[in-house]
Amino acid sequence: MIKQPVSESKSSGKRHKTLEKLARYNGWLVIVSILLVLAVWALGVLWGKPPAFLLPSPQAVWDKFTSTLADGSLLRHASVTFYEVLAGLFFGSLLATCLGYFLAKSSALEKLLSPYLVASQAIPLVAIAPLLIIWFGPGISSKILICALIVFFPVLVNTIIGFRGVPDNLRDLMVSMRATRWQKLHLLEIPAALPILFGGLRIGATLSVIGAVVGEFVGSDKGLGFLINVGRGQFDTALVFVAIFTLIFMALSLYGLAMLAEKRSTRWKSAHH
Amino acid sequence: MTQFLEVDHLGMTFNGAEGELQALQDVSFILAEQEFLSVLGPSGSGKSTLLRLLAGLIKPTAGSFQFGCLPNVQPRISLVFQQANLMPWRTVLQNILLPLELQGVERGKALERANAMIQLVGLEEFAQAWPSELSGGMAQRVAIARAFIAEPDLLLLDEPFGSLDALTRERMGAELLKIWQSQRTAVIMVTHSISEALLLSDRVMVFSPRPASIVVEMKVDLPRPRQEETRYDPQFQQYAKRLRQSIK
Repeated sequence: MIKQPVSESKSSGKRHKTLEKLARYNGWLVIVSILLVLAVWALGVLWGKPPAFLLPSPQAVWDKFTSTLADGSLLRHASVTFYEVLAGLFFGSLLATCLGYFLAKSSALEKLLSPYLVASQAIPLVAIAPLLIIWFGPGISSKILICALIVFFPVLVNTIIGFRGVPDNLRDLMVSMRATRWQKLHLLEIPAALPILFGGLRIGATLSVIGAVVGEFVGSDKGLGFLINVGRGQFDTALVFVAIFTLIFMALSLYGLAMLAEKRSTRWKSAHH
Repeated sequence: MTQFLEVDHLGMTFNGAEGELQALQDVSFILAEQEFLSVLGPSGSGKSTLLRLLAGLIKPTAGSFQFGCLPNVQPRISLVFQQANLMPWRTVLQNILLPLELQGVERGKALERANAMIQLVGLEEFAQAWPSELSGGMAQRVAIARAFIAEPDLLLLDEPFGSLDALTRERMGAELLKIWQSQRTAVIMVTHSISEALLLSDRVMVFSPRPASIVVEMKVDLPRPRQEETRYDPQFQQYAKRLRQSIK
């Protein structure tokens, strides 16, 4: 049923590809590209003179950034969202990894559960988010749940693929050496599956940020998603921009961290002279 | 000579999608302690199946085998495959250490033994290399080191040099001979090479096409220690001729 590891979702695939390509160039090229966009943006505002609630100038966004940073409100909201993202990522991938391990071991169990697992992916999380808020309250726990749910499936699929991909020869080797179940797990199965597990985590990290914002949109009184709602309500578009940039920064940092872990776990792959 | 392993009317039938496949039929032999036994036979006969049975990877459908040691003591078995089968995420040294880790040997002692073993197979400079950096011959040397470091009671070699080129193969055969002569253990080796079998073995068995059964059993009475030059011994040539005629 489940045969392909989840690498990138269709909508975000292009974005990540471009990022990886950029990362291969020297750092200055990235800086030049960012400066170029900022320049176009600043000149557009300067000549077009759109009202500030449509498109604030880079300067206005920067001022908003420093002022929200100074009064502590940005960090307060960002840390709430960050906490939700991390906790959701942690619990979602923990559960998915454990379940995925057993599904990989038993194809009977997978056949039994996979119709539900696949069907659950057909329900847009945005649609059931209000329900989850009704059931679990507008606090942080409902957001963590939403993050965990959105993270769950890609991590699960990658876990199954990862553990199924452990070479049979190496399994035979471990059996012939009378390895215990625990030795097989931590000396063979986990290291063999690790690169694919980290791959799942990398996708889960960006999805978790989306989950947190969706949850905060639907109902909350703190977090970056809440901040965006406030900015929209007050026609404070600069504030919306600040919140969006902070979210991008957060998602990219987590993505980069997971990618680093993935790279480290596959050092041996790039060792060819 | 003390008896180490007794194989009694062993048979194996696989139940596949295309019906039954009889791989092994009525195989009986006795292996002495420290004996080197080679199994020759056409490809696709049940030679590898025999090794997989003895290694405990599959259960026989007929007959049985028994190790001569105490009834409730499991003998230690090392298996070397045609492919080196190294763990790509472990360095050469870590791969060789694996059996000792499984046995729970203390770290310092394990390292000492691993380093001695690395020297024995001549890979000192590659101790910290990844398997992906090794040539086929070097990788197979690591696999052999990994098999010997476990100090096995029985070593099972499944065409250990089958994926190597002819020259490397001959060199590896001589090297295996050298290691085995310094660390005697019972060995069963499956091979396609008559000269490899003769150079190394005390005894050679020839299997028939599937279902495999023993058609010829031949003692190799060449003096030990043997060397590369043993290949040119007239007695060796005669043995080789006889084996060649018996393989269909």
